[in-house]
Amino acid sequence: MDPRNVIVTFPELLLWFPLLSGLIVLLLNKGDKAKNWSLVFSVITLTISVVSFMFTDAKWRPLNQVSYFWLPQIGSSFALMLDGAGRILCFLTAFAYPVIFLTTYKTKYKNPNIFYGLMLLTQSGLIGVFCAMDALVFYFFWELALVPVYFLASIWGGEKRIQATWKFFIYTFTGSLLLLVGIIYVYLHTTNSTFSLFSFYNAHLTAAEQNGIFWLFFVAFAIKMPIFPFHTWQPDTYEQSPSAVTMVLSGIMVKMGVFGLIRWLVPVLPLAVKHFDHVVIGLSVVGMIYASCIAIVQDDLKRLVAYSSIAHIGLMCAAVFSNSESGIQGVLIQMFNHGINIIGIWVVVEMIERQLGTRKISMLGGLAQKSPVLATLLVIVALANIALPLTNAFVGEFLIFNGLFKFSGWYTALAAISIILAAVYTLNMIQKVFYGETNSITVSAKDIGANEAIMLSVIVVAIFVVGVFPKPFFELSNDTVINFLSKLSGGK
Amino acid sequence: MNLIILSAVWGLIMMYGGVVSKRKSTPKILAIVGISILLITNLLEYYNLFAIHVDVKGMLKFTPFGLVFNSIVLLSMLFYFLLSTEDFDKVGAYPSEYYALIFFVLCGIGLASSFDTLLMLFLGIEIISIPLYILAGSDKKNLKSNEASLKYFLMGSFSTGVMLMGIAFLYGATGTFYIDAMNLGTGHLQPMVAIGIVLLMIALAFKVSAAPFHFWTPDVYDGSPTVFTSFMATIVKVGGFVAFLRLFDNAFGKMQSEWQTLIAIITAATLLIGNVTAVFQQSVKRMLAYSSIAQAGFMMFAIFALNTFAREGLILYSAAYCIATIGIFAILAKMKDYTFEGFNGLAKSHPALAFMNTVFLLSLAGIPLTAGFFSKYYMLIGAVKNGNQIWLVVFAVLMAAVSAYYYFRVIQAMYFREGNAEVAPVSGRFQTILAVATILVIILGIFPSLLTDLLYY
Repeated sequence: MDPRNVIVTFPELLLWFPLLSGLIVLLLNKGDKAKNWSLVFSVITLTISVVSFMFTDAKWRPLNQVSYFWLPQIGSSFALMLDGAGRILCFLTAFAYPVIFLTTYKTKYKNPNIFYGLMLLTQSGLIGVFCAMDALVFYFFWELALVPVYFLASIWGGEKRIQATWKFFIYTFTGSLLLLVGIIYVYLHTTNSTFSLFSFYNAHLTAAEQNGIFWLFFVAFAIKMPIFPFHTWQPDTYEQSPSAVTMVLSGIMVKMGVFGLIRWLVPVLPLAVKHFDHVVIGLSVVGMIYASCIAIVQDDLKRLVAYSSIAHIGLMCAAVFSNSESGIQGVLIQMFNHGINIIGIWVVVEMIERQLGTRKISMLGGLAQKSPVLATLLVIVALANIALPLTNAFVGEFLIFNGLFKFSGWYTALAAISIILAAVYTLNMIQKVFYGETNSITVSAKDIGANEAIMLSVIVVAIFVVGVFPKPFFELSNDTVINFLSKLSGGK
Repeated sequence: MNLIILSAVWGLIMMYGGVVSKRKSTPKILAIVGISILLITNLLEYYNLFAIHVDVKGMLKFTPFGLVFNSIVLLSMLFYFLLSTEDFDKVGAYPSEYYALIFFVLCGIGLASSFDTLLMLFLGIEIISIPLYILAGSDKKNLKSNEASLKYFLMGSFSTGVMLMGIAFLYGATGTFYIDAMNLGTGHLQPMVAIGIVLLMIALAFKVSAAPFHFWTPDVYDGSPTVFTSFMATIVKVGGFVAFLRLFDNAFGKMQSEWQTLIAIITAATLLIGNVTAVFQQSVKRMLAYSSIAQAGFMMFAIFALNTFAREGLILYSAAYCIATIGIFAILAKMKDYTFEGFNGLAKSHPALAFMNTVFLLSLAGIPLTAGFFSKYYMLIGAVKNGNQIWLVVFAVLMAAVSAYYYFRVIQAMYFREGNAEVAPVSGRFQTILAVATILVIILGIFPSLLTDLLYY
């Protein structure tokens, strides 16, 4: 096969296939058909993503990038590319969807065709964000991923869904619009008046201009991640969304923010990044400790996981600004790990809630006696979440702390406190939910079914594989890391 | 020229058509035929194929910008007529009069988009305004409609006076009415010129309902029959903007630095008042009135920036805003209850209507994939390029975020709240036309250059 004569490229396939399948599913009739077809479609997307790993070599470049004319008048072209970081996150997206569909297979939704159709449209939007090589295209997908999620969470969510998702939408929309102003400003200072990523990297911006634009970009990404003090939408939204949507939000969507930092903020505004690194890392660390403390006192499982997620993301954000190779390497791998682990935890929460009708920790207890398989698998996922050695998160967080330590020992020490706190709330949760005496609610609990056990096992296997053998990931993300650091040290 | 002459002639035809034929469907058919003729002849003029020539001594100048703008207005009018002819009959017993008045307004818009002297500007603005005073009060037995008409008339006459005074000052200072030949001097403005510019700014800000000259808007829009509110809030408003832009671009453009801060303040005030007040409304119709003020704030950026982006942006904004607002008003006119609660559960009973309404609302909010996104984008990029007032741009996007708040209230009501939205019977034709408008909004949201490229034919 000659790489120059390609008919269709991977980014196109990954982007258009979910979009098309989402539209098809929307048109299906009600009933189980939508569910089954979306499962099939998502498995095909996963297959495409897996196959794309065989073509990472430089000589396959034509297969991994594509650019159409879109709006030549305003200097924007529809440019997509799969690079290291993009490939990892596309894989995360592609991998998460079948897992989500299978674990929530038993959940009944009204109008399933619309539910699954919107889910697949979200997937397409997410992949668009991870592949976009043009700022306007990036912005387009950044917004478009939001709209279906808003509808998903507002239609199928919990009791207070309307208020919660409204807050979510207004927050992120505000951030997005600020990002748009930032993008426009940088665009007007590029040398060749295009929106392409590379002309953004070479834009002429003085230090003062960078410092101003930095906040336009950063607030948008900080809201999405979310970073303290922009996080208040997040626990409510996670709590009120249906589990499948929460998994998408926390597993994949928050990575949009971290990814935005790595691809669009730090390399474009290196001077401002150096100028504000203490502010951002400080905010991240404060947020980590703050969120961990709140997580300890949560009674609702979903809120607990939501706050723990704020802490984990805070750590990643701090590492992005630490200006070190191991820090950024750690973030790239940790984005994937966090996605997998948190989806694993949501799977358990979803099973508990569906079976027992409650998420309150105080009303649960002794589940390990009733469902030993679930308990075992959860313990593994939870330990991965607090980064025990041999698990995937250990690799990521070790590198992150290593990088952060090179930046400053004080921040590292403070961040480490939140890791201890994470152990406290995680183990506390395991103890209260799974051990102790059974009560009137949990006495009727049954162990999980075969397909759920298989899905959780897949996650557990992924945890160990990445934990023991992370080398392929490093090789993949290498190009992004080198590029990232050269932009930062170039410090035009 | 085609538009100006033919719309006046067609207005007369409409008037006498109502006398000659007593059939109920005559005015509808005549109006739709008339608009189609106007649209086609205007396009013919744009492509230099057919144009009526009258020697106007250079008082009117037909540019591609003006002709493209006319086409957008006429296309929106076509949608407007196709969607709302049924509502015309509900207003009163003599619908052909309303059509005639509307055609006269279009004649005024033709003048506003092509004037080259201040006299023609004045004539255009007046020809637009006077029929509107009548239309606002056309629901004669309704007290609110009468109030709207009177209020509009009194405030409108006042602004007319202000405009005339401004024109007089400028004439006194420069000795000419021709906007291209106006010599405003160099350096700082002379006091007479400055007063003239400020007075014209006030008068035009009144016509496009920019703050702080917007006070008439909510009452007039709310009191007038819904079908005419739709017309006033869209076609007439963008007509005012095109005159505003033409005057400030051609006549005062060289002295932009002198008056730009004033426009910036008007823009900021309009955005603030429009958006913040819209949040507190309970009636969708009143919310749309305030939202039209808020959208005017965004259109003010064209006058603030005065560059290529701004001109392209105003064209795009006119199209996006007119089509979406006409669509929303057409759906609103079918609702029994105009409050937000009235929309509860619309998605269940009328999924197609709810979906199309959602696309229009998303477009007004400026979400990508809709025409509204690119129109806002052009306005923002024009303003950023223009220079130092980034605060205004940041303020504008924050206000756009506020606007999402009230537009999404309608979406929430339709999709997430339980209820039985009562809707008048909706014909298949109505839905098809709305669907065409929806598709147009989405196409312009992906390829805005389809429209902006026309400026450079």
